[in-house]
Amino acid sequence: MLDASEGYTTEDGRKIGAVVMEMKNITLRFGGVVAIQDISFDVREGEIRAIIGPNGAGKSSMLNVISGFYNPQEGEVWYKGAKRPPMKPYQVAQQGIARTFQNIALFEGMTVLDNVMTGRIRQMKAGLISQAIWKGKAEREETENREFVEKIIDFLEIQHIRKTPVGRLPYGLKKRVELARALAAEPSILLLDEPMAGMNVEEKEDMSRFVLDVNDEFGTTIVLIEHDMGVVMDLSDRVVVMDYGKKIGDGSPDEVRNNQAVIDAYLGVAHD
Amino acid sequence: MPEQVIWGMEVVLNGLMAGVLYALVALGFVLIYKASGIFNYAQGVMALFAGLTLVGIMEGQVPFAHLINAALGTEIHHFGWHIPALAAILLTMVVMIGLAWIVNVVIFKHLVNQEPIILFMATIGLAYFLEGFGDIMWGADIKKLDVGLPQGINLWIDETTYNIFDYGFFIDNLDIVATVIAAALVFTLIVFAQYTKQGRAMRAVADDHQAALSVGISLNFIWVMVWSLAGFVALVAGIMWGTKSGVQFSLSLIALKALPVLMLGGFTSIPGAIVGGLIIGVGEKLFEFSFGQMMGGATENWFAYVLALIFLVFRPQGLFGEKIIERV
Repeated sequence: MLDASEGYTTEDGRKIGAVVMEMKNITLRFGGVVAIQDISFDVREGEIRAIIGPNGAGKSSMLNVISGFYNPQEGEVWYKGAKRPPMKPYQVAQQGIARTFQNIALFEGMTVLDNVMTGRIRQMKAGLISQAIWKGKAEREETENREFVEKIIDFLEIQHIRKTPVGRLPYGLKKRVELARALAAEPSILLLDEPMAGMNVEEKEDMSRFVLDVNDEFGTTIVLIEHDMGVVMDLSDRVVVMDYGKKIGDGSPDEVRNNQAVIDAYLGVAHD
Repeated sequence: MPEQVIWGMEVVLNGLMAGVLYALVALGFVLIYKASGIFNYAQGVMALFAGLTLVGIMEGQVPFAHLINAALGTEIHHFGWHIPALAAILLTMVVMIGLAWIVNVVIFKHLVNQEPIILFMATIGLAYFLEGFGDIMWGADIKKLDVGLPQGINLWIDETTYNIFDYGFFIDNLDIVATVIAAALVFTLIVFAQYTKQGRAMRAVADDHQAALSVGISLNFIWVMVWSLAGFVALVAGIMWGTKSGVQFSLSLIALKALPVLMLGGFTSIPGAIVGGLIIGVGEKLFEFSFGQMMGGATENWFAYVLALIFLVFRPQGLFGEKIIERV
């Protein structure tokens, strides 16, 4: 099914493109603790790539490596065909990799609209002076980007809370606002850290629909971490399975589901 | 109209003008507080430093003259040139931006994610350092600052009020200019903070460092920008107060007057700083005018603090501050 450079076609007929990001032999340590041990995998354009694994498997660490919050001791990150030097998180963001957080990192005191607008920072280029006097480029940019942001807000169905300070919103909506902010950046890769964590069934269904719609509508490449096996199997095109910092499986949901190592990791193994 | 009422009106007007100057200092506090969560004790000293630097540059003073002369046995004090006010103001702004950068690199970069009280202590240290540094750099004598702002009684107001009330109001031209400049400054700052990329980034950084990084905001850049803005506000305040009462050490003490203003207006609100400043300005002048003699005068020294104390009891978040709700 996999072709080295060309990509592949999914069961439902979506075209998956070439490799856009590749992790090569990543090792990450915190002192003596090895969080990630020699893991390699790739992400292709337009696909939904999941990273799963039990608690403490190193999934979030992996996401933090991709988004620049951690720099691995060994290994290389290749992005768009070039090796990426060690970077600060804001530099990674400026390269077009947007993310959400497991325990939501929104600007609580700002309105939903303002929060989503911060996602547009990469697209706004007017200089400080122009902004200070709010003429010419700065004013024009503000209007243009506002239009785009309104589209995203409509798309994620959060119009009714546009002017509400985020701090007042319930958990499920906050998750959605965070997704909106990440989407506003028009990312090449969207990283979702447990987008359904702590949600009830209905909210999970909504979120799943949004993830699929985002991928469908904008063709966004999505890397997501999830706990809920059911959700992952329905959503993703390919799955990486981690356990104790090691990769124990990689492939389509069906392949992974039938992988003995994965079954052992999730259900436990009898010791005899 | 009875005399008392007319005098009262004049007092209120003067109070409003004084209030604007208080608000100007308070604004510097609010800006830094909103953008970085730091209560900047050094704001008053920054105004003093800006004033000293401005005078020094205008008069062509040699910086560190005492130090150089003591070390090398020379007798140099002046370069012997005078720089026009506008150019000197721009140069001072460059110095203030440089200062912002140094403050960030040397101090605050290393204190990311520390408790607010530690950051506060750092600004106290900064205040004392800057005070001494300003002295060494430009000398400790009282300096006269004249950047060409109009000063003295406004004759038009004097005449107009004389025609109406038979009593001419005394309003200083400088106060009028200060009011206009402060209003323009506040308007610009509000628009900047609310409707521009960098303003939004500034608020974002104050709210959540990690989230700010994840959308591509460089914390260092924003902090330097915020301290530069505070430096700019300090410069404006330094010019106004310096022109009014000379550039001298007591300039740094006006920062203390900003504290009650902030308690009244709320630490997080730009409009709050303005309204708080006006209330204190008018309040203390009016109080002195009505009860001053009865209480032995000089009530202006303490009135603001007592008013702030009353506010603390009944409305701790100030008039416009965000209400703090603790979830249990």
